[in-house]
Amino acid sequence: MGKSYNTIAFDSNKCDGCGDCMTACATIKTGTDDKARSRIQIVGSETDGFELALCRQCGDPKCVTVCPAAALTKNFDSGVIDWDASKCVDCLLCTVGCAYAGIALDAGTGHVAKCDTCDGAPACVPACPHDALTYITTSRIYNEVGGWEDLFAPGLAGCQGCNTELLMRHTLRRVGPETVLATPPGCVPGMGSVGFNGTTGTKIPVFHPLLTNTAAMLAGVKRQYKRVGRDVTALAIAGDGGASDVGFQSLSGAAERNEQILFMVVDNEGYMNTGMQRSSCTPYGAWTSTTPIGKGSGGMPSQGKTQDAKNLPLIMVNHRCEYVATASTAYMEDLYDKLDKAIQASKRGFAYLHVYSPCTTGWRFPTDQNMEVARKAVETNFVMLWEYNPKDGLHFTHSADEPLPVTEYLKAMGRFRHLSPDQISHIQGKVVENLAFVKQMAHREN
Amino acid sequence: MEQTKYLVVGSSHAALEAVTAIRMHDAEGSLTLLTRDTHLPYSPTVLPYVVSGRSPADSIFLRDEKFFEANRVAYKRGSALKALHAERNTAELADGSEIAYEKILLATGAAPAIPPIPGLDQVSYHVLRTLDDATKLNAAIKQSKHAVVLGAGLVGMHAAENLVKAGASVTIVEMAKQLTDGYFDATAAQMIEKAFTDNGAKILTGSRVVKLAPSAIGALLTLENGTTLEADLLLVATGVKPNMDYLAKQGGDVEHERGILVSDTMQTNVANVWAAGDCAQAKGFYSEDKVMNAILPDATEQGRIAGMAMAGDPGLKTYPGGVPLNTYHFFGRHAISVGSSRVPDGGEVVTRYDETSGRYLKAIFKDDRLLGIYGVNEFFDGGVMCQLILRQVDLSAVKERFLADPLTVGRELMSKIWR
Repeated sequence: MGKSYNTIAFDSNKCDGCGDCMTACATIKTGTDDKARSRIQIVGSETDGFELALCRQCGDPKCVTVCPAAALTKNFDSGVIDWDASKCVDCLLCTVGCAYAGIALDAGTGHVAKCDTCDGAPACVPACPHDALTYITTSRIYNEVGGWEDLFAPGLAGCQGCNTELLMRHTLRRVGPETVLATPPGCVPGMGSVGFNGTTGTKIPVFHPLLTNTAAMLAGVKRQYKRVGRDVTALAIAGDGGASDVGFQSLSGAAERNEQILFMVVDNEGYMNTGMQRSSCTPYGAWTSTTPIGKGSGGMPSQGKTQDAKNLPLIMVNHRCEYVATASTAYMEDLYDKLDKAIQASKRGFAYLHVYSPCTTGWRFPTDQNMEVARKAVETNFVMLWEYNPKDGLHFTHSADEPLPVTEYLKAMGRFRHLSPDQISHIQGKVVENLAFVKQMAHREN
Repeated sequence: MEQTKYLVVGSSHAALEAVTAIRMHDAEGSLTLLTRDTHLPYSPTVLPYVVSGRSPADSIFLRDEKFFEANRVAYKRGSALKALHAERNTAELADGSEIAYEKILLATGAAPAIPPIPGLDQVSYHVLRTLDDATKLNAAIKQSKHAVVLGAGLVGMHAAENLVKAGASVTIVEMAKQLTDGYFDATAAQMIEKAFTDNGAKILTGSRVVKLAPSAIGALLTLENGTTLEADLLLVATGVKPNMDYLAKQGGDVEHERGILVSDTMQTNVANVWAAGDCAQAKGFYSEDKVMNAILPDATEQGRIAGMAMAGDPGLKTYPGGVPLNTYHFFGRHAISVGSSRVPDGGEVVTRYDETSGRYLKAIFKDDRLLGIYGVNEFFDGGVMCQLILRQVDLSAVKERFLADPLTVGRELMSKIWR
């Protein structure tokens, strides 16, 4: 597996062109406040929006190939393209090679200059007053996890761009081979966890309980392993339908008995595997095959789901589980942190992890947009990331302040395309109400 | 007979890029790289800096033995290609041995073109194309008191500057009416000329040497107008010609004119034979005519395309045509040229020159599309300008701002169009 690297990310929506990043860069790199000498250059205007000219630390860098003096090299440890001042002959050919203005003449020195990410602590990032710049360090996870064994079969029958496959592979890599897995009917076995032609789709023991008895059956299996003295992680990966609808009594019972299992819900907000029917986790206004859009009957047009979603993770908090958290694949560091805590908590009692998992097929968005949709859900507070344990109570793990309008999320997919202004304001109202509710709980629990 | 799937001849930019491109798509196929040079790979472009002493000769290498080992390349130094037997897919080496190939890339570069001046063969002179040339010239410069440089291209000018800085009296003799002809326009050339004359060099443009003879200190040169010059160091830098002698010996099945003629995927007219870099003659960007565009960035581009084509990489995009790209550093100043200097019918030329700062900019447009841009002491992102040319971006809405500040406006366009 190729190595992945940390990177400086830029969100043009948040940039107001103040130039503080350039001042910070010029200060640390040149000892002056001359923005023209900054390695990061903000270009554009208030009307056209701001953009970035910055070395992209290309994987296949043109500047390196056109350097006649071997002064530029891709550092495969850090990912940075290193510039060696002792070898550079100031010929400027690198500036002709780069199509992105990532390396340019510093008039103050007469040499070229480029971003070196300040050896992993870029000065521009904390200088940004609007969080338009972030230093993404998720690569740490991929480099570490890439070396672990993938416990799912190489080929799975998921839809193109499926978020759940990503989640399954990450989760099983993390929990490791000493695991027994329960996957009730839903996308996970539909994709192949329970296997084809007499072989399982996993490299660990896996079983296929009913929608109604997953938590109960897994709890029994875990107790048997304990009885024979084997320490295994008992893991369920269930859909929102299997957890919040018919599976709820068994889930609630296991949580109440504080069974030592880790119950992960992959919430794609509907019964996507069987044809995209609504579940109790489907949000208000969403199109599903059982909440269609059309003329309706009795003069009442049909405009998607007419009820709000059940907030299952908050219900689980009210079981006072050992650990409850919400997570999103768009925030992998957060997800891994919570996965680690959930695995530990499951050794003591019931651990519950609720992962929001956009569904390219059922939600109607392009297959390459999964992370973007997942991220927008969090950025608009449609989904909030928090965790709970009985000792420390509930707290946010990602700021819910200054959210984007919920329309930024809604417009990213087809299942909300029909929404009327009233419906949108209902949803925006619910986002505000949910936030107030979770905040109140965070306050009370602390 | 030794056999290899891919045979790459040459070890500079085009050849090295081809190796990388082949290995990106075909990790296993046997790959042999053949070069007449005995040194590790280096760039001819860095040699002026070896001459000046700025770059130590042992720190300029673009790859080391480990690179070839890691990429499973059989790296044969000091083995020149003597003849290509394309009809039977073999390459004959200087030592008489043969290698059978499935696909061959000719990236053999160029060599100095020696003008037919009577008496030149009677005197000792320098050229600058190989590392050994550079090391010799570096030693000679330190001894020189009276140097003459024939040819005011970038190689000659670089060497002349080194000689001036080393304290020699230097005369540059150039046939054309201006210095750096073909790279920079008359105004830029005058700025370059002034920098040289301010530093004590003598420039004789529109002038040619008609006769040479040995003299007490080295060589006696006679110019067209009858005047004579004496040199203890003579550098012949009157251009280059592609290395393709290995074709002539076999009756020339591989089509070649000024260079080896290649298609948009760097393939020659003969099966299994590709060519790239300074020895190739490929389509120009501004016309379908095949041109010599012997510059470093184009060598890497062509090498990459050839390697992808040879390996059958489906990601291959055809060659857009050569765009001239040159940078030149002289006496602490810099000049950049991107694109064509030719003004077509209906074309528009805009120049601006600020005498106090010495900043000069010239841009050529046609239908509000950029064709070429030149600057002295005016920095802009050459790579961004090249994209504007290749993409034929309509600049009508931003032209005035662009001319005032090509750096900033170029970056704005980049961030909107291809970021």
